[in-house]
Amino acid sequence: MTKEDIKQVVLDIIADIAPDEDLSAVKPEVRLRDQLSLDSMDFLDIVMELRKKHGIEVPEADYVQLASLDSCAEYLLPKFQAKGSK
Amino acid sequence: MSSKTRIVITGIGLTAPNGNSLPEFRANLLAGKARIAEIDVRHMGRHPAGVCDFDATKWQKRKEIRNGTRVGSISIYCAREALGDSGLNWETVVKSRVGVYLGITEHGNVETENEIHNISQFGNDTKYWTHHHNPRTVANNPAGEVTMNMGITGPHYTIGAACAAGNAGLIQAAQMLQLGEVDVAFAGGVSESIHTFGIFAGFKNQGALGAHEDPTKASRPFDKNRNGIVISEGGAIYVLERLEDAQKRGARIIAEIAGWCINSDATDAVLPNPERQAECVRLALQRAGMRPQDIHIVSTHATATALGDIQECTALREVFTDCPGTYINNTKSFIGHCMGAAGALELAGNLPSFDDGWVHPTINIEELDPECAMPGLVINQAVQASRLEAILNNSFGMLGINSALIVKKYGVA
Repeated sequence: MTKEDIKQVVLDIIADIAPDEDLSAVKPEVRLRDQLSLDSMDFLDIVMELRKKHGIEVPEADYVQLASLDSCAEYLLPKFQAKGSK
Repeated sequence: MSSKTRIVITGIGLTAPNGNSLPEFRANLLAGKARIAEIDVRHMGRHPAGVCDFDATKWQKRKEIRNGTRVGSISIYCAREALGDSGLNWETVVKSRVGVYLGITEHGNVETENEIHNISQFGNDTKYWTHHHNPRTVANNPAGEVTMNMGITGPHYTIGAACAAGNAGLIQAAQMLQLGEVDVAFAGGVSESIHTFGIFAGFKNQGALGAHEDPTKASRPFDKNRNGIVISEGGAIYVLERLEDAQKRGARIIAEIAGWCINSDATDAVLPNPERQAECVRLALQRAGMRPQDIHIVSTHATATALGDIQECTALREVFTDCPGTYINNTKSFIGHCMGAAGALELAGNLPSFDDGWVHPTINIEELDPECAMPGLVINQAVQASRLEAILNNSFGMLGINSALIVKKYGVA
């Protein structure tokens, strides 16, 4: 699992929870909320889908790490790697 | 604001299993076309049910549909269609003076069952329970979704009234208009009940779930071989206004609310009480200043249960004696029992009779139950009436709630 893979995982989740959004030009370094119509319930959906589909837990104190695709990749990479090595 | 303030219907939006607009619904009622499908019910296999096929994306973004509820989508579709039908200039309507009053039989069962199923896939660990559960299951959900979609900032709530809810929503709105609480009301009834197995299982174990090898014949009120209710989803929402306001803006007035009554049996949770039903109808007539002879269509509640149909017929026979100009029909024979939407849909399907002069029938009667025989019962074929100026719409529900709503042709004294 690479950082690029993780960005795609997050984009796939966003495509599911925000189906009206155009995700073709999402800038990885820009906060997701600044370029997409996402609210706090949507971020909870991202957390839930990471839990359901990938067995990844994101504690509430770390929600801020999901701000952009880049920060998602940075934060989630060790978690995915830990899952993969089990 | 006087209680004599006259309230009129100026718009209708609906979705029924056999129509997504009033013209389509009406055409199928006059043509005797039922539409009931067989669906997979969780844990229960296949059962007949009335399924609506309106396009939710007509008025909602896909995210709204995903985050909301099925009944929220039904409500938004109906309210938006009603607005279009009313001719109101929405840009100029003061949104804080608009109210939304929707009758529901139940709400929240669908989402709760879905989540129980969902967490069962994860060892019943509640950390997988969706955070959308509470906004989806609060009792005001369907009405609240309408306000968010349409930017309405006046009051909104649902009226829980079992299967009398469609009438109850309209009555609530008429009262709020009379009180001057709002200037425009979106009101009626909605239901998503086909998506909850609990409703099916409850009726089945009560011996009241309808079945037939041909699903379109499963709902057959007044037939000797009827065997229970066909559960359906649907919605009908009306735009109601005070007559003077409707006249001021030159609105097309579809009909006038003439009188109503809601009362309670106070006897049994599920077995209707014909004495109280008759009392309810009489009180509605009294409040409308009408005699039984002044009613030209009685839209019955009958759901095709063995006892319920007989009880309603007993009540109607008591009130409508010597009424040669009164026709009696039933809509559930076409679309099943739309629960919270039933009363509102059944009234809507009859309203065009003021213009076209026809009374739609009750269908699926192969052998009339002698205990349901009533003069004026329109069986299997529509009839043309010489005079059609008032409709009595019956809707009754569990815990002994009865409602009767009288609507008259506008301009008739």
